[in-house]
Amino acid sequence: MHTQKKEALLEISELEAGFMINKQFYNAVDKVSFKVNPGKVICVVGESGCGKSVMSLSIMGLLPKQVGKVARGTIRFQGRNLTEITNDEYNKIRGKEIGMIFQEPMTALNPVFTIGYQLEEVLFNHLKISKKEARQRSIELLSHVGIPRPEKIVDQFPHQLSGGMRQRVMIAMAISCQPKLLIADEPTTALDVTIQAQILELLRDIQEKSGMAVMLITHDLGVVAEMADEVMVMYAGKIVEQGTADQIFNDPKHPYLQLLLEAIPRLDEEKDRLYSIKGIVPSIVNMPKTGCRFVSRCPKAMPDCSEVSPDMGDVGFEHKVRCLLYPESYPKEVTEASR
Amino acid sequence: MVSFAIRRFLAMIPILILLSVTVFSLAKLMPGDALTGKIDPNNANPEYIAKMREQLGYNDPVPVQYVKWVTGFFQGDMGDSFVHKMPVTQLIGERIENTVMLALASLLITYVVAFILGMIAGRWPYRWSDHLILTFNYIGYAVPSFFAAIVCIYIFSIQLGWFPASGSISVGAQEGTLYYYLERIKHTILPAIVLGLFNTAAYTQFLRNDVIENASKDYVRTAMAKGTKTSAIYNKHILRNSLIPMVTFIGLDIGTLLSGAVITETIFTYPGLGQLFIDSVSSRDYSVVMAISMLLAIMSLVGNLIADLLYSVVDPRIRLR
Ligand SMILES: Nc1ncnc2c1ncn2[C@@H]1O[C@H](COP(=O)(O)OP(=O)(O)OP(=O)(O)O)[C@@H](O)[C@H]1O
Ligand SMILES: [Mg+2]
Repeated sequence: MHTQKKEALLEISELEAGFMINKQFYNAVDKVSFKVNPGKVICVVGESGCGKSVMSLSIMGLLPKQVGKVARGTIRFQGRNLTEITNDEYNKIRGKEIGMIFQEPMTALNPVFTIGYQLEEVLFNHLKISKKEARQRSIELLSHVGIPRPEKIVDQFPHQLSGGMRQRVMIAMAISCQPKLLIADEPTTALDVTIQAQILELLRDIQEKSGMAVMLITHDLGVVAEMADEVMVMYAGKIVEQGTADQIFNDPKHPYLQLLLEAIPRLDEEKDRLYSIKGIVPSIVNMPKTGCRFVSRCPKAMPDCSEVSPDMGDVGFEHKVRCLLYPESYPKEVTEASR
Repeated sequence: MVSFAIRRFLAMIPILILLSVTVFSLAKLMPGDALTGKIDPNNANPEYIAKMREQLGYNDPVPVQYVKWVTGFFQGDMGDSFVHKMPVTQLIGERIENTVMLALASLLITYVVAFILGMIAGRWPYRWSDHLILTFNYIGYAVPSFFAAIVCIYIFSIQLGWFPASGSISVGAQEGTLYYYLERIKHTILPAIVLGLFNTAAYTQFLRNDVIENASKDYVRTAMAKGTKTSAIYNKHILRNSLIPMVTFIGLDIGTLLSGAVITETIFTYPGLGQLFIDSVSSRDYSVVMAISMLLAIMSLVGNLIADLLYSVVDPRIRLR
């Protein structure tokens, strides 16, 4: 079967999401647009606080209700705008069409229910299934994510499992209804290195077999190199560069990405060199109004950088960057006005 | 868990011994004899009194008296009441039934109301319902129970005539008939409400805050990401977690089950243990006072034990070994 233009699974455009702080609304995700194609692995990288989690929670409709909200933009999933649907309709998508794994496996499970109960809950939420079938299915899922003695673990409580095991349980839960999209928000950050590798391998294995799309959020460009088809680099709530894994690693355009890549630890170095770019991500209340948000930390900053806000410009096939070093990034009005 | 219970029970023995020594010594320090109820007060003949004293063992060395009292107590012989002219065991037996009934009814009211109001306030915090519940709780907490009792009697007994204002049973009710039980329930309702709603205030606010705290926990976000309905998240995931701290209260309540109702029982002239205790203290009916003190102490120990056992039931992370 041949379709001319492949329909995107998830298409986000001009998404703005953020929080009420002291009675004022601040964007943590600012005019973000991108697509996730079926069966692809897209990685989102960026330092702590640049809005990765806020973006993924926006897709799931899970921003903290009292303070957070999606302010503008659309989130189209299988053609449907998720920003307009009710909570009940969302509940039919969460856990069924989109699964999610979180960073902290230690606290993500409910301490007072058995692993089996928590797995069966997803199944009961979305499938017409008997108690016995659900239990059988849970045991299968546990063994599918590489948990030994699943018929025993199914009756245990979260505190009886290690962090890596709990993350496997989370993965089992997220994939139990064969979702089209799996969002994994730093699924390995809290685990130690050998376990990290195992979990990533499991995720890739599941992804390859099931053909679901994965949106993997991470700090770690090493992880990106292993997993990604496409990469999105975020800084201070904005996408600053996006492209294929090949383009990102072999032809990085944005100075921020270049610095991130330089900071990738060699085998013999400490891992947290990613944070070694001088300065910090501005907080959402102190975001510069005009100009590039990276300007204060950028080694290649020019006078224009504090004045002109760059746009996403095409620098190659499906390779985009937001940096005034590239004429494609100059906003149209500015380019026209200066002529 | 069984071995835990047995060991906890054994650990209670030294505490009980200490308690009984304290109660006994306090009673000994007070003027008069603990067992004077056995002596006929109309017979003032010193010879008769001396004879009785000898016979009843008041001339024994104090430790011997103590051992006699303690062994008697645990065999169900708590001496005789000086005022009521009957064995204390029988006297307490009559009252304890009323007190337990009142206590259970008020506990039921406390927890049912606290759970409903606490869950509503916690699920929709800072809304009008939350403010209303808070106001209700402030009133419940601030109004002294004797005042609430009087207001209740005035409105529901005197003005509306729905419930009787005093006693625990109407004259003429035959034990064993349906009428008898309905009558008892009717007599228990007003004091149970006054007693129950007093604790409700604190428990409701506690539960509310715990629900709000739990609602921001990671496991709630996970449940939401699974497509679980908000009502199930509150009524299963959060409630089940908020149950854990509430168990502490249940333990304390069992401990005070027998004693907590003193004021309320007195105002409603409800013939329970609390009222008996107060009467006995003022009439220096020491054998009764000693017996009730011991019972209360034992009840708080048992209450603590039950709370510990309940913890292991509601919280799988707690292992009893
Ligand atoms: N509940 C909240 N209330 C107010 N501000 C928030 C809240 N949650 C996040 N933020 C702010 O939104 C911005 C983006 O946060 P986000 O959690 O998305 O970062 P992140 O990229 O996921 O970082 P990390 O790698 O540490 O997970 C940060 O500046 C953060 O302070
Ligand atoms: Mg995050």
